[in-house]
Formats: sequence, C-alpha cells, structure tokens
Amino acid sequence: MNFDWLFLFEISLAGLGTGALYALTGLAFVTIYKATRVVNLAIGEMLMIGAYVFFAFAAGLALPVWLSIVAAIVAGGVLGALVERTMIRPMLGESPISVFMVTVGLGSILVGLVELIWTADPRRLPEFLPNDPIFLGEAYVSPKVFYGFCVAALLIAAMLLVFRFWRGGVALRATASDQAAAYSMGIDVPRVFSLSWIVAGMIAAIAGIVVGAIGGISSTMGIFGLTVLVVVIFGGLDSIAGALVGGLFIGLVEAWAGAYLGGEYKVLAVFVLLVLILMVRPYGLFGTHEIERL
Amino acid sequence: MPFQESVAPERNLLQVDSLTLAFGGVQALGGVSFSVAAGSITSVIGPNGAGKTSLFNTISGFYRPASGSIRFEGRDITRLPPPKRAALGIARSFQNIALFRGMTVLDNIKLGRHCHLRTNVFDALLYFGRARREELQLRAEIEERVIDFLEIDHIRHAPVAALPYGLQKRVEMARALAMRPKIVLLDEPVAGMNREETEDMARFILDLRAEWDVTVLMVEHDMGMVMELSDHVVVLNFGQVIARGTPEQVQNDPEVIRAYLGSGRIDALRARLAGGEPAEPAEQAKQPA
Repeated sequence: MNFDWLFLFEISLAGLGTGALYALTGLAFVTIYKATRVVNLAIGEMLMIGAYVFFAFAAGLALPVWLSIVAAIVAGGVLGALVERTMIRPMLGESPISVFMVTVGLGSILVGLVELIWTADPRRLPEFLPNDPIFLGEAYVSPKVFYGFCVAALLIAAMLLVFRFWRGGVALRATASDQAAAYSMGIDVPRVFSLSWIVAGMIAAIAGIVVGAIGGISSTMGIFGLTVLVVVIFGGLDSIAGALVGGLFIGLVEAWAGAYLGGEYKVLAVFVLLVLILMVRPYGLFGTHEIERL
Repeated sequence: MPFQESVAPERNLLQVDSLTLAFGGVQALGGVSFSVAAGSITSVIGPNGAGKTSLFNTISGFYRPASGSIRFEGRDITRLPPPKRAALGIARSFQNIALFRGMTVLDNIKLGRHCHLRTNVFDALLYFGRARREELQLRAEIEERVIDFLEIDHIRHAPVAALPYGLQKRVEMARALAMRPKIVLLDEPVAGMNREETEDMARFILDLRAEWDVTVLMVEHDMGMVMELSDHVVVLNFGQVIARGTPEQVQNDPEVIRAYLGSGRIDALRARLAGGEPAEPAEQAKQPA
C-alpha cells in the first residue's frame, strides 16, 4: 500500500493550526506564571469568557464583528485585572498550592457564570472569517484553521516584540527574575502583576474567539485549557519559547493520533507524551531549573 | 571627623525616628532612632537577629513600620512604596545576592536606570528620537562611569549567574550605582568574601563617597572593616539601639561588649558564677574619642 503523503501533510497543517492556538493560550499562561509564579488553571475558562462575551455582543446585541472583538478583548482584560486584584493579590505570600486552588475555584465560578447566563447548551459563533477553501500546493486547509493560525502567529509575534523591546517587558523579565530586587530598583511590582493578568486575559479572549469560531462555544470549552496546561508543562512553565514549541508540537501529535489511531486516542497520546516528558525533563523542555538554595 | 546626633537637621540625609516593627508577636524593631549625615559612611552593627535587615527593609519600603517615621532629605517617606523611594535616590544591595539571573552584567546595570526613565509606551512609539537619545545618554553614562569605577569592564557581556561570588557582589553594587542614588544601603557588602575581595570592596565603598558623592549606610559583620571605614556606628540589639557614636566610642562601650560577648569580662563572669553581682568594670568606661 502506498503511503498517502498528501494526507499526512494536510493532517499536519490542521495540527499546526490547532497548535498555534495552544501556543497562544500557552503564552497567556506563561505571562502570568513568569510575573507572579501563579499556576493559573482557569486559563481555559478565561478563554471561554472571552468567547461568550464576543457571542453576547455579536449575536445577542448584533453589534458589528470588529466592535464585538474589541469588546471581548476589553472584557478579557477587565476580567484579568479583577481576578488579580480580588483573588490573587490577597493570596500574596500564601503557599503556591493555595493560590493554585484559588484558580481552580475561579474556573468553576466562571463555568457556573456562563451556564447561568447562557445555559449549558453549545452554541455557534456568527461566521466572520472568510470561508473560501484554501490550498497550500495540493493540500487543503480548512479556512477557519488557516485564519486562526494567522491570528495566533501575528499575536505571538507582536507579544514577543513587546517583551523584547518595550520597557514594560524588561520590567516583567526583571520581576520574574527577582521580585525584591526589581521592587527596590523602582519597578512597580504590583503594577507588573496587574499588567500580566490583564495582558493574559486579553490574549485568552482573542484565543477564545478563534477557538469558538472554529469549534463552536459551550460551557465545557474550558477543557481546552487542560491541553494548554500540558503544553506549558511540556515547554517549561516560565518559557515563552517553550510555550510556542510545545503548542505546535502538541497540536501535531494530537492531529496525528486522531488521524492514524482514531479520535479517542487524541487525549491519550497527549497525556502519554506529558508523562514521558515529566520523566525525562521534569522542568519542561526550556524551563529553568529551580535550584534550591540552602 | 565625628558625626554626632547634634548635627543640624538639614545635614541629615536620612533620619529614622522611633521606628517600631513587629511580626505577629515578635518585635523586630522597638523604637529605633538614628540619623545618617549627608556624605557619611554609617554602619549598623549588632548580633544576629538584632533587626538590622528588618531595619533596611523598612527603610527601603518593603515593610510598613507600626509606628515611627523615616525622613529622607527632610521629607517624610514612611508611607511611600519602594519604587517611589528608589526614584528619590535610595538604592540598596541585598544580603543574598539579588541579581537578575539569566541576564548579562550590562542588562542588570541598565535596569538600574529604570526608575529614572521617563519615557512611557506612547512616548516610545511617538518620539522615537527622544527615547533613542535617552537610551544613548544612559548607555554612555553607565558605560563610562559605573563599569570603569567598579572595574567590571571585562565581564560586561557575561551572564551574571556564571560569575564568581565577589564579582556578583560588585555587579550588584554597580546596578545600585546606576540608579544615581543619594544614599546606598549595603546589606553585608563583604559577607563571604576572601581578604582580597574584602579589601577591594572597602576601597570601592570609600570611593563611593569620594567620587560619587553618595552617602553610605551599611550593615556589616566584618568589624575590622566597619571600624576602619565608618564615620558613625549604630549598634542594634534585640531591635533597639544600644549604642551609637564614632567607631572608638562604640568599640569601648560596655553595653556593646556585653551584647556581643554575653558578658563584658571574664572576671565579671567569674564573679557572677561565684554568686556576686557583676560589677561594672571601671576600665571599660567610655574613652574620649
């Protein structure tokens, strides 16, 4: 039997498309973790809120799509700021496990909120991405996945530039490296904390809109965050490069497993990979070794 | 030249007034008062757990005192957050080196200017020229002076994590200097250093005042260095100032000797063991400075 290379190529393209969204959401996760050392398990739910706010504006109020996108991004930022201020800041200095549990609770609250307002029924977002089929050479790519990839890639590039060249990015890196030193050198650490949550909330909202546009929205779409958690553990919790490589790689593995082993093996493949990575490199591919100093 | 408490207020750069600080039931500082004269090298000494680092953390704004005040250049800064204090000209180093690991020496030093850069995002986008000029001026200033001064030119592009301990301490000092502070708080600047490194650091501290016009407040355990460099010494024990004055005055203060050794003299200890009251040793009364 002849191996169908074109099929593999198409599957891989689709995998990269999903992977880019994992990478984007992973970036939001890493931003929070880098600045505040908080493992935010509610990132998937923050993404969901972004999608639902977009849905409320675009479908509910029938506002133009671009305005709804802006509104959803703003709402994502406000959500991030609120969460940081009311739930995370008071936990400053508590054990990481407690803060982690707070984010678990936050996830449940957000799911409950969505089910109260919009019920648990899955919904479709209004169509706003162009729908013409796209061919790369001979390979067919679903237009939604293609545009999703483009949005994610652009946003990731923009974020990388910001981290690299804006002084706020430098402040973030300094805070990530040593909070006390950063604080004493004139870097407003509480503001860096707020900003990182705001930025993460905004990125999550954009990712939510794209994810929702591809697969529809429901109160369980926060599951997406679970795969993102695998991505960032794979890449290293505090590594932006890790989130990018991890996102694309997990996306590929998921797509391959789905195509060649069957849809039910997708999650299995991803988590087997997670176990393997944790056994070989417990701090992820690019994560920093935490050195215990005695 | 001795700097006494009686120095006129405007000559005091930093004034700490009956500062108290408690963690739960433990009182870390119990009414600490002292002042740092402009242009002086002032040292805070005391046994472990005396509250020296708590005092530093309160001065740099990490801890909020329960009562008392801190005045800097006559201005009350007790309630100011640390970044504002940094912008006013208070820089510090840390007992355990607190460099930004994963960055180079130059990156670390550049961050020292962070508190003074006025350009915000919109400026950076709109007035690229201004941001650039600022950057260039910043670089020139830093490269010309700080790096030369602390003799770290050869490691400028090295990642800080790879440097030996003594050099890391020096980079930390360079970073503090890049803030162009009026006062630097040095928390154990020579802890864990060998003799050569200690001598280098002592020279840098003296030059800080001479060449940079910076007032120095330091916590240090190396008594030789403290006595040699300081104009004024403040002794803390159990969160309270038990003595202050010139190094000579402090060295001969019976309270200080008792704090450090438990008992001032071996015969006083013997007397106490024998059941008698520990007599105040007459020969340890204050000597004139």
